[in-house]
Amino acid sequence: MPLLELQNISKHFGAIHALNDVSLSLEPGQVVGLMGDNGAGKSTMVKIIAGNFRPTHGTMRMEGRDLSMHRPIEARQHGIEIVHQDLALCDNLSAAANVFLGREIRKGFGPFKILDYATMYRRAGQIFAELRSETRPRDLVRQMSGGQRQAVAIARTRIADAKLVLMDEPTAAISVRQVAEVLNLIRLLRDRGIAIVLISHRMPDVFSVADRVVVLRRGRKVADKPVAASSPEEVTGLITGAIEHAL
Amino acid sequence: MDIQFDDEVKRARFPLLAWLTSRQAFWVLIAVCVACIFLSFATNSFATSNNLFNVTRNFTFVAVIALGMTIVIITGGIDLSVGSVLCLCSMILAVVMHAGYSIEVGIAASLGTALLIGAINGVLIAYLDIPPFVVTLGMLSIARSLAMVASNNTVVFQFGPDHDKLLFLGGGAWLFGISNPVLYMLALTLLTGFVLHFTRFGRYVFAIGGNEHAATVTGVPVRRTKVIVYMISALSAGIAGVIETGWLGAVTTNLGAGMELQVIAAAVIGGANLAGGIGTAFGALIGSALIEVIRNSLGLLGISAFWQGTFVGIFIIVAVTFDRLRNFGFQRD
Repeated sequence: MPLLELQNISKHFGAIHALNDVSLSLEPGQVVGLMGDNGAGKSTMVKIIAGNFRPTHGTMRMEGRDLSMHRPIEARQHGIEIVHQDLALCDNLSAAANVFLGREIRKGFGPFKILDYATMYRRAGQIFAELRSETRPRDLVRQMSGGQRQAVAIARTRIADAKLVLMDEPTAAISVRQVAEVLNLIRLLRDRGIAIVLISHRMPDVFSVADRVVVLRRGRKVADKPVAASSPEEVTGLITGAIEHAL
Repeated sequence: MDIQFDDEVKRARFPLLAWLTSRQAFWVLIAVCVACIFLSFATNSFATSNNLFNVTRNFTFVAVIALGMTIVIITGGIDLSVGSVLCLCSMILAVVMHAGYSIEVGIAASLGTALLIGAINGVLIAYLDIPPFVVTLGMLSIARSLAMVASNNTVVFQFGPDHDKLLFLGGGAWLFGISNPVLYMLALTLLTGFVLHFTRFGRYVFAIGGNEHAATVTGVPVRRTKVIVYMISALSAGIAGVIETGWLGAVTTNLGAGMELQVIAAAVIGGANLAGGIGTAFGALIGSALIEVIRNSLGLLGISAFWQGTFVGIFIIVAVTFDRLRNFGFQRD
């Protein structure tokens, strides 16, 4: 049974058809590279999976059950986590505070609950160790390198047992060495059976880490094939429209 | 480079010292202490129990509001209406008690008004996305005008059957001769510090000021939190109004005029960052104390009170410059 299944999803904004009849299925532990030019419908698709938009047509199923979300927070309850392009970190808070933001662990009785710093530091420390990151839970995010910040954003997806992680351009604005770190993090998540949708403009990243590549053009899916059976040249052609459809 | 390396070593070997020296409130506290020691030697009248009683009590009203203002500033907002809200709340208390109601009813009406005004501010800011500066500037005008309406612009100095209770509330001293307002201030500072550091609400306040977008996408109830923040700010002005009424024993419609700037100055000197994300309850307290010590010392040293604004202004600028220089240090390493 596929983990996530999109069937004939369309999204219209008035007369604009941002997505047209797109179907996609994802298996656990699979990394899918989602590619396409600006305005091809990548972010619309991600926002639909993340619960920001409701599709105009079509159905979504998560582990065989119907998925219908009204607010982004609901996506989390279904095991879908998003790593935002800007990472959505608060510079003035510690790494642990960022990891647990919106899901703080508290202790106490009834309405008198206080933040459980010790548990959050410990859990964050375990997650960073699991991600083989040197990030320290008590350090302020302001003082961190690009790679460490990525680790904090990715650590968030590990608090709840995420089954699917959407990553929006995680390697867009970081150094070469840090790109390698991030790709390693993606492999770590994959090895734990988590499915990943990697939205990226960078061909080398997709071809080094993804199992499948999906190309969108003008709201339509024009390719969905194993990376082993494709090539950067073909994908470039599909993105620009030089190649109409993948074989 | 060498200096930074030493810095690192110091940080590792003396974590408490490193933590303290990285706090603006710590340096302001030192400034206050130095000023107090200097004044004790330079004048005969500073270190008298009478003067200390006055100094500590005088800054409580600013300090109590600065606590609420600090929370607002941490979220990246500002509340210009606090001076007028203080006046309106004092006036509501005065008018209600003057009409013969008990002190409990008077305080409930007064603080209820504060919460209502805070809620209006908060809803306009959080749900309609109107800039806090504009909303609270409007409320500054509205609240003072309503205070005039409520009292017909007269001075109220008779507070009905519970007159004496009210005066004791604001003017009494039951614990080791420490005036009541100072006790309230200390209690509220501890409470604010606790809320900011140990509750989820406090964490959300810092998150909103650090990166509002991040807070939203991680599921922090940003709008609800902001409404509560402005309600707390107005409530702090209301509480200060009730205490000040009890202390003064009379309410006029120009009570608290211009106080918002003094309160913001106290919060900023105490380390609150107007860009949001940074601030402490203790800083609000110590910032207010510094302003009062400056005011008091100018009087005792026989310097004209006209100089007060110059000194307070210099402290605001020095405090922020200090902060800037420290941040430059961060960016280099």
